[in-house]
This record gives sequence, C-alpha cells and structure tokens, in this order.
Amino acid sequence: MTLGLINANPVVHAKKERVAQQLSVLSEESITVDEKLGRILITFTPTIQHCSMATVIGLCLRVKLKECFPPHFKVDIKVAPGSHADEESVNKLLNDKERVAAALENPNLRQLVDECLYSNEL
Amino acid sequence: MAKLVIEGWIEVSLVYVVIGFFPLFLSRNFRVLFLIFLMRLESHLSSKAFIGFHYNLPPVLALALSSFWMEFLDANLELKEIQKLQGHTDRVWSIAWNPATAAADVPTVLASCSGDKTVRIWEQSPSTRSWDCKAVLEETHTRTVRSCAWSPSGKLLATASFDATTAIWENVGADFECVSTLEGHENEVKCVSWNASGSLLATCGRDKTVWIWEVMPGNEFECIQVLQGHTQDVKMVRWHPTMDILFSCSYDNTVKVWWSEDDDGDWSCVQTLGESRYGHSSTVWSLDFNAKGDNLVTCSDDLTLKIWEADITRMQSGDGYAPWNHLCTLSGYHDRTIFSVHWSREGIIASGAADDAVRLFVQSKDGPMNEPSYRLLLKKEKAHDMDINSVQWCPGEKRILASASDDGTIKVWELATLC
Repeated sequence: MTLGLINANPVVHAKKERVAQQLSVLSEESITVDEKLGRILITFTPTIQHCSMATVIGLCLRVKLKECFPPHFKVDIKVAPGSHADEESVNKLLNDKERVAAALENPNLRQLVDECLYSNEL
Repeated sequence: MAKLVIEGWIEVSLVYVVIGFFPLFLSRNFRVLFLIFLMRLESHLSSKAFIGFHYNLPPVLALALSSFWMEFLDANLELKEIQKLQGHTDRVWSIAWNPATAAADVPTVLASCSGDKTVRIWEQSPSTRSWDCKAVLEETHTRTVRSCAWSPSGKLLATASFDATTAIWENVGADFECVSTLEGHENEVKCVSWNASGSLLATCGRDKTVWIWEVMPGNEFECIQVLQGHTQDVKMVRWHPTMDILFSCSYDNTVKVWWSEDDDGDWSCVQTLGESRYGHSSTVWSLDFNAKGDNLVTCSDDLTLKIWEADITRMQSGDGYAPWNHLCTLSGYHDRTIFSVHWSREGIIASGAADDAVRLFVQSKDGPMNEPSYRLLLKKEKAHDMDINSVQWCPGEKRILASASDDGTIKVWELATLC
C-alpha cells in the first residue's frame, strides 16, 4: 500500500506535464499505525516548498486510507516539518474534517482525487 | 442525674444518626433541601444558650453523615445509555431538541441532520418511552446537511447545508414541509441559529460571512445584513439566550460578538475573543451559554474549553455593551479536537470530542476564593465508535443528554446515580 501511495504524487505532477519519476514523497518511516488505539499518523514530503498540490495529495491520502482501514481509525496527516512554506496552514486544512468532507463533495475536486488514485496501476 | 443526662444524649444522638441516613432515600432535589434544613436546625440549636455541647453534637453528626452521602452519591454518577437511534446512512453532524416539547407531559422530539443529505425527526412514544423516527426530510438538500435548529416556538425547523442554502421546514400534521429556502451564501452554510424571541435568524459559512435574517409573517425571510469580519471559515453561530447579541466561532481561532445598538441600527462586531486576550490557539468549533446568560463556554481544536463571563445586568439595563472576559481554561482533559459543548440548566457542561468520549464538567466547590474553577464530573469513554460531533442536553426536567457521531448513530443518555 505504501508503494501505491508513493506513486500517487507522480500522477498528480504528470498532469502538469512534468516527468513522472520516483519522487520520494513517502517512505515506510513516515507512517505510524497504532492498531490498538486505532490511530494513524502519516507525514508526507511535497516535492517543492511551494507545492500547490499539497492539499490535493493530502486529500488523496485520506481517501485511500479510509478505504484500507476500518472506519473507526483516526487519521492525522501532516507535511514533513520544514518541507513546505505553508506547512501550518496545510496541516490545519488537512486535519479539519469538515473542510475535507466539504471538499470531497465538490465534484471537480472529487474527480481529480479519483483520477489520482485510480487512473494508475496501484 | 448525670447518668440520665448521658442516656438521654445517646438516644438523641441515635435519632440524629438515623436522620443522617435520610439522603440515601431521597431524590436529588430533596437531598439538597434536606441538607439545607439540617444546616438551619444545627445553627438554630447552637445559637440557643443550651447547657453544653451535647445538644449541638447530634445534629452536627447528622449533618456530617448527610454531607458524606451527598458527596458519595454525587461521585457515583454515571451516564447510562437509554437508546441508540439508527437510521442515518452517513455521519450525523448535528442534533437539536424541540424546545416546545420540554413540557412535562409532551413527548420530546429530536431533530438530527446528516452527511446523507437528510434530516430525521425522532419522537418519543408516550407508551413505550422510546424514540422512533417520525419523519425523514429528504430530496431538498443536495449536499450534507450540517446543522439544524428549532425556532423557540418549536413550530419551525431551520436546516443549514453544504449546498449553500438554508431550508425552513414547518410541521404540517404528521409531515414536514419545506416552506422557504434562504439563499445567498457563496458556498457551504455551516450553522443556523434563532434568537430568543424567534424574530431573527443567523447563518454562517465557509465564505467567512455571517448573515442575519429577519423573520416576517407568512414564513418570509429577509436578509437584513451580511456581517464581514472573520478572516476564515465561520463554523458556528449562536444567539445569546436573553438578549439579541450574536456570537460566531471560526477557523480563524476567534469568537466574534455582534451587536446592534438600536433596533433598526447596523450590526457590527463589538468584540473579538482572540488569542491575544486568552483566546483559543486553533479553530473554535462551538460555544454555549449557562442558564443565566452571564457565562459562556467555548471549545476548540486546541484541546481546551474556555469559560468567559460578562456583566449582563449592566447590558440588560441599557448601559451599553459589557465586554466578555476570560474566566478560566480547562486544559489537559481532552486529547483530540472538541467539536461540541453544551451547558445544562443545572450548570453541567457536556463536551463531545474526536476521541469518541463525552465529558461532563461542573463548577468546583474547592478552589481559591475568588477564582471559579471547574472539575471533571465524569468521562464516558467510547460513548460512540467514532468522533462525536454534537452533544445536547434535553430542555426538560430529567438529566437527558443526546450525542451524535461520525458512526451514523445518535445516542440518548441519562445522568443517573449508581445506587
């Protein structure tokens, strides 16, 4: 599953006509799962400091994780410290479940997320 | 002579010790009255010039015993699950008790709204005392219904939705009919609230604005003002319980207070409860007032509850606006976002958080003289399987609490003593 998530980022960037490459957005160490408590903490590294797709990547991660884990698992997503210029505001947005729910109800955004997750061999 | 006096003293003491056990058999309200009666009796006896302490000691013993039982019984409170209401097919965001059904013999009605785009009305059956789903309000909102609120008369229900509209429903016989749709917000509407008299309605949303609507005859609604000021998504609005003052909570970490000096005047932001003045350091999700309306509690993503106070008697007498001041912060009790907070008429603060727990807080009797403090009365862990989005005390007499969760269910609880 980790490999699948690592590949999500190149798909997003490929849409912007950049060369798809193994971008080390995620690694095994950046995911912590506490099965007893039912908590997941995931940190990802956007490729550049001003990556405009950071929130979209975060959304993709949320959708993918919701599918893979039982519904009672709580997910916290953060950008790796120091890896993004708007680190605090991106983190706040990605962890506000009301904003996430509203975003996923937006048909355009939903379509983008679905394409990122399902248009590739994952 | 001395022997007779001692024997008499023992008998009297025994009588008072028996009296000391009375609280165990009395209901809560009577326990309090009984304690007050004993205190009066004790001070009456000790003020009389009786010969020696033995006339005062027995009542003091009774008082000590009664106080012990009161503390013991208070400590043995539990939140008992009465019923689990199932039906929604997505998370339940918000619940609201119908205020008109708080009367003694009228069955209580509860409204709930969900991510499944519907609103459900639950009514308590007079015979079985359980809540059944009386109506499903669907095919009106095209996206998540985020918030619902009954008008003070209980005749109208307002529902706010991510589809940028607010619908007004009227109870027509056994059904609910959508009698009006309020449009204007640019995007998701997050909350709706009626003022105490039911003459004004307020809505707020992700477009950072708060709208005030006037309720006109014939179920007509007119927007009288659009309030700008928040720099981010406005999560919740609530009117003061006795005065026409509006409060809004936001993703920008502040609570804003909106007031209009005259009836026809313009509404403006008269105060901002922000980080610099002991305010929250992250999104403020909800707020509520105590019964008197002179205290306010706010809850936030920063894992704290904050209590604020204001001199409302000054405001009620027309002396202009009295600012809200920070009283105390309850921190260290929650480890995930607190989504909802509600203050019961008796003074118990209930909080619902993202750690699936319901917590109850009461004002603490011990603590420094001038500083009011609050203590945790009880914590109900795993109240739900997922995040709790809303907690609401029932407006009636009994200590009934309802909670709504991401798990799609609503639970009705009773705060009761174990024994």
